[in-house]
Amino acid sequence: MSWDDKLIKQAKKIVKIYPQKRSALGPLLHLAQSKDGYISDDSVSVISELVGITEVQVKSVSTFYSMYKQEPTGKYLLSVCKSISCEINNSNSIIDVVKDFTGLSNNETDEEGLFTFEAVECIGACGGAPAIQVNYETVEGLSTENTLNLCEWLKNETPDLVVADELQNKFGGTKSFDWAISDNSGTTGSVPGFQTLNTTKDKK
Amino acid sequence: MKETILLTKHMRENPEDSHLIESYEKSNGYTTAKKTLLGSSPEKVLEEIKASNIRGRGGAGFPTGVKWGFLAENEERYLVINADESEPGTFKDRILLERDPHQLIEGIIITCFAANIKNAFIYIRGEYAKPARRVQSAVEQAYQNGYLGKNIFGSEMDLDLVVHLGAGAYICGEETALLNSLEGRRGEPRLKPPYFPAVKGLYMKPTLVNNVETISSVPWIIENTGEEYNKLGVEGSTGTRIFSLSGHVNVPGNYEIEMGSTFGDFVETLGGGIRNNKKVKAYIPGGASAPWFRGDQLNIKMTIDDVANNNSMLGSGAVVMMDQDTNLVNAAKSIVSFFAHESCGQCTPCREGTTWLEMILDRVASGRGRTSDLELLLDICDNISPGLSWPPKMTTICPLGPSAVSPITSLMKDFREEVESMIPTKVLL
Repeated sequence: MSWDDKLIKQAKKIVKIYPQKRSALGPLLHLAQSKDGYISDDSVSVISELVGITEVQVKSVSTFYSMYKQEPTGKYLLSVCKSISCEINNSNSIIDVVKDFTGLSNNETDEEGLFTFEAVECIGACGGAPAIQVNYETVEGLSTENTLNLCEWLKNETPDLVVADELQNKFGGTKSFDWAISDNSGTTGSVPGFQTLNTTKDKK
Repeated sequence: MKETILLTKHMRENPEDSHLIESYEKSNGYTTAKKTLLGSSPEKVLEEIKASNIRGRGGAGFPTGVKWGFLAENEERYLVINADESEPGTFKDRILLERDPHQLIEGIIITCFAANIKNAFIYIRGEYAKPARRVQSAVEQAYQNGYLGKNIFGSEMDLDLVVHLGAGAYICGEETALLNSLEGRRGEPRLKPPYFPAVKGLYMKPTLVNNVETISSVPWIIENTGEEYNKLGVEGSTGTRIFSLSGHVNVPGNYEIEMGSTFGDFVETLGGGIRNNKKVKAYIPGGASAPWFRGDQLNIKMTIDDVANNNSMLGSGAVVMMDQDTNLVNAAKSIVSFFAHESCGQCTPCREGTTWLEMILDRVASGRGRTSDLELLLDICDNISPGLSWPPKMTTICPLGPSAVSPITSLMKDFREEVESMIPTKVLL
């Protein structure tokens, strides 16, 4: 499926923000993911034209970064942190719960396209270890029990918008710091998606 | 010991809405930038920053005033804020981005005024979805109020600020990798020379790359003078610093303190001590890249120089406490896996070495280690960082490879018996 006019327009707007076109490559890859949930071959070719580089150059960049997915991701991307602060706070047990519940190994997506599981490196939630991100919305201070509850809740409720505050209040515990500001914003889709950032000012 | 509240003042006094421009302005936000643009000079701002003796808060601790002084003359110059905070243990920039984005923007305005820069970028790691949203709306509010864009505060100054999302690569915290990434390339560190982005940076134009915390400190320094800032902390580590405390402590979190007290005091008074009254076996003083200290070294002072003199680094200010029951081989394995995963792959010693270290540690941790593994680990480390000295020598373009060596040399120096005890003495056939 090719990019529609609206998306192309949005992409061209992003290209204009930067002093040099190629700088828009990263944001455009995020944009492509917000459309498909991964970087499709079609997006590679559209983006290569938009920024004026070859498809291979686009591919070489998109495969470098772990957040650009080369295959479709599920509705919920479950990223359990395994770096040092989480590791010494039993992140392994959290990983086991998620693996058992979803039946997935690292970087796998289930057949229904509901969950993708990944064990990831530090997500900056060390004070609230162990922690998980659901579609890059952070939940801190997990217990194995609440991790299971979180997975079940996602499966039963299947919310389109994932909100960190909501998940934290329902399933989280100790936080890295007081979040204080109540916040209803979140992510839609299993990539943070440039959709949340598309209002960047036009470069004058 | 007590906290000294400068950077986190506004967010603490206005916990509900510190991220909004109205709230920031009520705390006299943007008045320093306005005064500066309308009544000061770039030279005066640079003087204050130099007088403050503030050193970069990203990890390397380079004096900020010196860095700014390096910036080469050119029509096009850039400021890039490094908000790619990914060093395991570190979550200080996250709180500054989430809860006080306008303080950062005000710092950016003053910095760009001082350095005559018209284009600035905030490079935020992609996983920080919520902080990025907050910063983006703050930038939009600042544009609406005329604090960004053309003729800021009615002055001659123009400034455009772009929020740029990364996509999950720790290595982009290295400044030249970050610039490559911002140029739409793979986040691979650049071969030096050129040594300083301040001479050849973004698009090979003079570029300042500064950490979030460093630039967030700028409004306070300019408002209260560099001399006042210099009075805080100790010589060589002036001002306050936000430390991220995590691991087996009762009250983990971000604490803003003046540098100079001991790690032990810090953990006991602010961190509430170690959980379940246990003892510290080892701790990391400055993020995953830093060599560890033993539990009997808690009297080391939290300054850049004191930590360096004890053969480690204060780095990003991430303190991770590991109690007496911690399996240190697993801890080291976690850190080495991190670096193996985040190696950009350009340099063979790092790309191959970190992977081998990970595999060998994995077999030791799972009880399949060989007696020769200890020497093998050190040999591989020596190939990445010859001599295993501190500060590390490098066979690589950037310090990522040598960083993976830190936990292993720490393990072998101070906890060798623990590693040896995990190696089976009999070979099972």
